[in-house]
Amino acid sequence: MLTIKNLHAQVEDTPILKGLNLEIGPGEVHAIMGPNGSGKSTLASVLAGREDYEVTRGSVDFCGADLLDMDASVRAREGLFLAFQYPVEIPGVSNLNFMKAAINGKREHQGLEPISAKDFLALVKEKSALVELAGRLRDRSVNEGFSGGEKKRNEIFQMAMLEPTLAILDETDSGLDIDALRIVSQGVNAMRDAGRSFLVITHYQRLLDHIVPDVVHVLSEGKIVKSGPKELALELEEKGYDWIKEPAV
Amino acid sequence: MAYDREDKVLEEVTGKAYEFGFTTDIESDKAPAGLNEDIIRLISAKKNEPDWLLDWRLDAFKLWCDMVEPEWPHLQYQKPDFQAISYYAAPKQKKELASMEDVDPELRNTMDKLGISLEEQKRLSGVAVDFVMDSVSVATSFKDKLAELGIIFCSMSEAVQEHPELVRKHLGTVVPVRDNFYAALNSAVFTDGSFCYIPKGVRCPMELSTYFRINESGTGQFERTLVVADESSYVSYLEGCTAPQRDENQLHAAVVELVALDDAEIKYSTVQNWYPGDEEGKGGVFNFVTKRGICHTRSKISWTQVETGSAVTWKYPSCILKGDDSVGEFYSVAVTNNFQQADTGTKMVHLGKRTRSTIISKGISAGKSQNSYRGLVQVMPNADKARNFSQCDSLLMTDQCGAHTFPYIEIKNPTAQVEHEATTSKIGEDQIFYCLQRGIDEEQAISLIVNGYAKEVLNKLPMEFAVEAQKLLAISLEGSVG
Repeated sequence: MLTIKNLHAQVEDTPILKGLNLEIGPGEVHAIMGPNGSGKSTLASVLAGREDYEVTRGSVDFCGADLLDMDASVRAREGLFLAFQYPVEIPGVSNLNFMKAAINGKREHQGLEPISAKDFLALVKEKSALVELAGRLRDRSVNEGFSGGEKKRNEIFQMAMLEPTLAILDETDSGLDIDALRIVSQGVNAMRDAGRSFLVITHYQRLLDHIVPDVVHVLSEGKIVKSGPKELALELEEKGYDWIKEPAV
Repeated sequence: MAYDREDKVLEEVTGKAYEFGFTTDIESDKAPAGLNEDIIRLISAKKNEPDWLLDWRLDAFKLWCDMVEPEWPHLQYQKPDFQAISYYAAPKQKKELASMEDVDPELRNTMDKLGISLEEQKRLSGVAVDFVMDSVSVATSFKDKLAELGIIFCSMSEAVQEHPELVRKHLGTVVPVRDNFYAALNSAVFTDGSFCYIPKGVRCPMELSTYFRINESGTGQFERTLVVADESSYVSYLEGCTAPQRDENQLHAAVVELVALDDAEIKYSTVQNWYPGDEEGKGGVFNFVTKRGICHTRSKISWTQVETGSAVTWKYPSCILKGDDSVGEFYSVAVTNNFQQADTGTKMVHLGKRTRSTIISKGISAGKSQNSYRGLVQVMPNADKARNFSQCDSLLMTDQCGAHTFPYIEIKNPTAQVEHEATTSKIGEDQIFYCLQRGIDEEQAISLIVNGYAKEVLNKLPMEFAVEAQKLLAISLEGSVG
């Protein structure tokens, strides 16, 4: 599904990823943990195709295609989804129009007709219930005036609408209270599927109590320095990152 | 990767000719270039006008000869050579037309290309269209239906013939001949335009719509529009335009006068898409328009405009709030791209007590364009408890364009309440990336974001116009983020 080999990336001449390797199989949930500045969010941005990030070496294969060769919108249409750490507000643009444009973009890419209004509304109803946002999106602009928790729930709603092959959750748990965390996790878990993989980026082990990963990776100074089963997250919580960093030096 | 995309966008933009850049091949009855008293007499004679109107034109011409073009706008352009312009052109039509089928097929074809087939309009939208090709109106529909209500909606030429007393009573009362350089010029040489009268207590049941189109190379267009809403009446008037591609600059100096008598309401909406010049800033329409309305007691005038075209725009739809408790509104979206320049805004003059005005202006600048908002809020000594709210926002698409705001506020009454808010922002790369990541391509992302930004104004447009305006915004800004 996703194979990252020796990935190097920089922002304005500052190298951040320095030879990252990662392989995610279909249906797998991988967690990436690591201290501030280790490159977690950079990885998410590079995979999603953000412009300010320059890939200097390495390759990323996504379902048999060269991911780095695609424009950001094409990556999305091919099934890559990024749940943003800081979802952006777009004043005056209704949530539903926004989602309709997104879905029709993907359908056009697949050679399908635009979705009918009836099917679209049915889909909205179904998916918004998943994150307990039912009936609360219609008259509002994208993320405008949303609380932190609502924004994150809206991200998961969008993910559910777009049914991606690979979903990257970039610190989706940051700023969430315990109820919102539960709702977001339920939404994600409901979408776990043999054909859908997740890359969960987080600082805290508590999210992984709710979204249980198959593999946990530790990212430090632009490289994955340790990988292990879900118990690794508990160990990190207990001991901090320093014990892992040391042997890597 | 980033460069690839920019190249692609650039290629698209440069490869895309002006979408409505076609001309219609119709023989014209055209006056020689130049402006003098004889030309004015010719125009007046061609139109079989009464003596008072000819005298009015000649007075205007005399005044104009001593006037100079205004220098104060934030605009730079080659001043038009007024002696190089032909001031009269009429499409050759053999006789009066009984129905659409009698209209020149070439002309109808043009209308079809513009997407305003009259039959369709009649059938689908219930909009009466007074189509102005160059300077002579060639088709007016729905007239009978309007006539039943006593509503007059016709070309200005026809109004001069059929309703001279109404025209004489109101013409030049809101925009006097000596008002400004372009208004004086227009008064001297206007060839046609629209006239609308809504009788007392009548609510006009449909949107009245006029499509303008400049069609004759080298012909300036001098439209004269007069809308009179008698006591307790209501009318919604739509004006929209597209123009063919030209190498030379085309001058347009229209005058629009609105009269809202006691308790009347006039809603005047414009979507303007004249040829803005090419990517190098060559060609394009010069648009110097004087639009003004006068509000009598408890009446209301609302201007809504979406301005995307023209090389140079100079336009300030204004309200004179003469009557007590009258209301003036101005909602505007002005887009400039490439080398376009716009200096636009409004004037709200509060004369009556408890008069209220609202100004919402949304400027969008792209390319190397310059976009200025210029507005005057004036509260005169008798205007007790007058209120104004102004909001002027600017959105920048590139770092080479300019947005400017020139708000003038003059308060001569201590009970007035005036609020002014202004913001300037650059289109967010974060917003665009957010859209891209959802699989929305860049053009559509910009269209979504810009339409969201302009929503407050677009919402004020009648439905069928709002849809058209949204498309227009998207077309005008294709490939413009930098």
